[in-house]
Amino acid sequence: MHNKTLAELSTALQDKEFSSEELTRHYLDRIQQHDPSINSFITVTEDLAIAQAQAADQQIASGNAGTLTGIPLAQKDIFCTNGVKTSCASLMLDNFIAPYDATVVEKINDAGMVMLGKTNMDEFAMGSTTESSYYGDAKNPWDLERVPGGSSGGSAAAVAAQLTPVATGTDTGGSIRQPAALCGITGIKPTYGTVSRYGMIAFASSLDQGGPMTRTAEDAAMMLNVMTGFDEKDATSIERDSEDYTRSLNNKLDGLTIGLPKEYFSDDLDSDIANVIDTAIKEVEKLGASIKEISLPNTRLSIPAYYVIAPAECSSNLSRMDGVRFGYRCEDPKDLYDLYARSRGEAFGEEVKRRIMIGTYALSAGYYDAYYLKAQQIRRLISDDFKKAFLDVDVIMGPTSPSTAFKFGELSEDNDPVSMYLADIYTISVNLAGLPGMSIPAGLVKGLPVGLQLIGNYFQEAKLLNIAHQFQQATDHHQQTPDSFQEGK
Amino acid sequence: MSLDKKDVEAIARLARLEINPDQIEETASQLSSILEFVDQMNAVDTTGVEPIAHPLDLVARTREDVVTETNQREHFQAIAPKTQDGLYLVPKVIE
Repeated sequence: MHNKTLAELSTALQDKEFSSEELTRHYLDRIQQHDPSINSFITVTEDLAIAQAQAADQQIASGNAGTLTGIPLAQKDIFCTNGVKTSCASLMLDNFIAPYDATVVEKINDAGMVMLGKTNMDEFAMGSTTESSYYGDAKNPWDLERVPGGSSGGSAAAVAAQLTPVATGTDTGGSIRQPAALCGITGIKPTYGTVSRYGMIAFASSLDQGGPMTRTAEDAAMMLNVMTGFDEKDATSIERDSEDYTRSLNNKLDGLTIGLPKEYFSDDLDSDIANVIDTAIKEVEKLGASIKEISLPNTRLSIPAYYVIAPAECSSNLSRMDGVRFGYRCEDPKDLYDLYARSRGEAFGEEVKRRIMIGTYALSAGYYDAYYLKAQQIRRLISDDFKKAFLDVDVIMGPTSPSTAFKFGELSEDNDPVSMYLADIYTISVNLAGLPGMSIPAGLVKGLPVGLQLIGNYFQEAKLLNIAHQFQQATDHHQQTPDSFQEGK
Repeated sequence: MSLDKKDVEAIARLARLEINPDQIEETASQLSSILEFVDQMNAVDTTGVEPIAHPLDLVARTREDVVTETNQREHFQAIAPKTQDGLYLVPKVIE
């Protein structure tokens, strides 16, 4: 069952080949069997899943089912789920039972999908390794001594190990695409404003965007059909007509122009990864596309600008975690200041505290122009680079990550937080510009997956999915799975 | 930009974060290394560049000033650390 795509699962459920309850129990069994080795879930919602599956089976029996009714999925533990613990992988929210559903969760529930549980992540989505989770590291199913990437590392690991057919993720600086690349799956971050942020615990509000993590581009398109749409409850949600993201999956790629930014293929790029990416791009050329070298000259400034903007916004967003209305409260506070400072000091992890402090400093009196304003100006330069590039090309391609999955502690051991930040060099500028970006499996280097990144112009998700789908029809990289998780039907 | 112990204490106070005294030195060095890295931005002249607040330059949406939510105080306060008579309890602020 777990080798089927969403479309195949949908057909099998409609044809009564198996029931949603059987399918759900199959995945719950796989989670029980395999998750102890990868720690991809924070919470498994077994009883809820069975109840949702039974309801889905009734809907299917009565002929009222939608395309995704009865198909299981996992929610990143950053999305509020009514009545279910929503921890954001932090001690701060370890006791937080969300009192409402995020819009994404509501939409997915309305589609009749079955929630298996909530996935592991970096604390408050701040990290690229899932090492900052209060609930312990998630592991990469391809090599348990290596990170799954982050921050949506639990979602990526769970999909790669086939413990769920699909999971949700969020991407502020690469948190869908980088773990998708490191775990060998497909992930798409849509245009900013396409997926509602309501109920998605905020990290950096001008960058955060939810999206699906799947095994194929077709699966991702089907999920986007459910997850996207204007939402009054999100102040930056974009009002536009809904679209069918599957509509152009089968279009040919003749006449397509791919831009290759020279900054993404510099000498810093590992040569084995460069070879895999080159081969993948040649494959897309064979499908009818032509290539053109382009330049995104301000790429190197994206990380410094991001590490002002994201911490500044996080310091503001996380001020709501104050030990008063929900979440962690310290023992015996002696006054109000002590209540705030000790609750936050005790319950936030090191990386979260560092980013809150950087952001607080950057926004403090006298420093706003030098940091936040400057970073927002650089953001304009980065966005203009892309605008110029898209005058000449339809899509931009390159690596998703400068390395394959690295070992635990490899980037954090020298105690320099900046070394981890550099892992997001190819993904961050896409968030700063608000563009859609996608990562798909392109092959392996020494047994570890490499991701090919596709970047599109605003609202060009369907085009990215079309290219990715055509690539996946011609290749089998997306079908490769880590050996040790094949046990169980 | 390099931060010393006093800077870190001031920032932590503004951010309402208690920092373990024997971690302040290390925190100062980590924050300084991030700020030095961020200082790369200064290599670019951005005079006259319009800052971006929203990637698609959207203007804020407005709505009619009418009630759209129902009162769910009890539901929301059920997860609060400490409440009494519908109020959130904190240590005494005014003596």
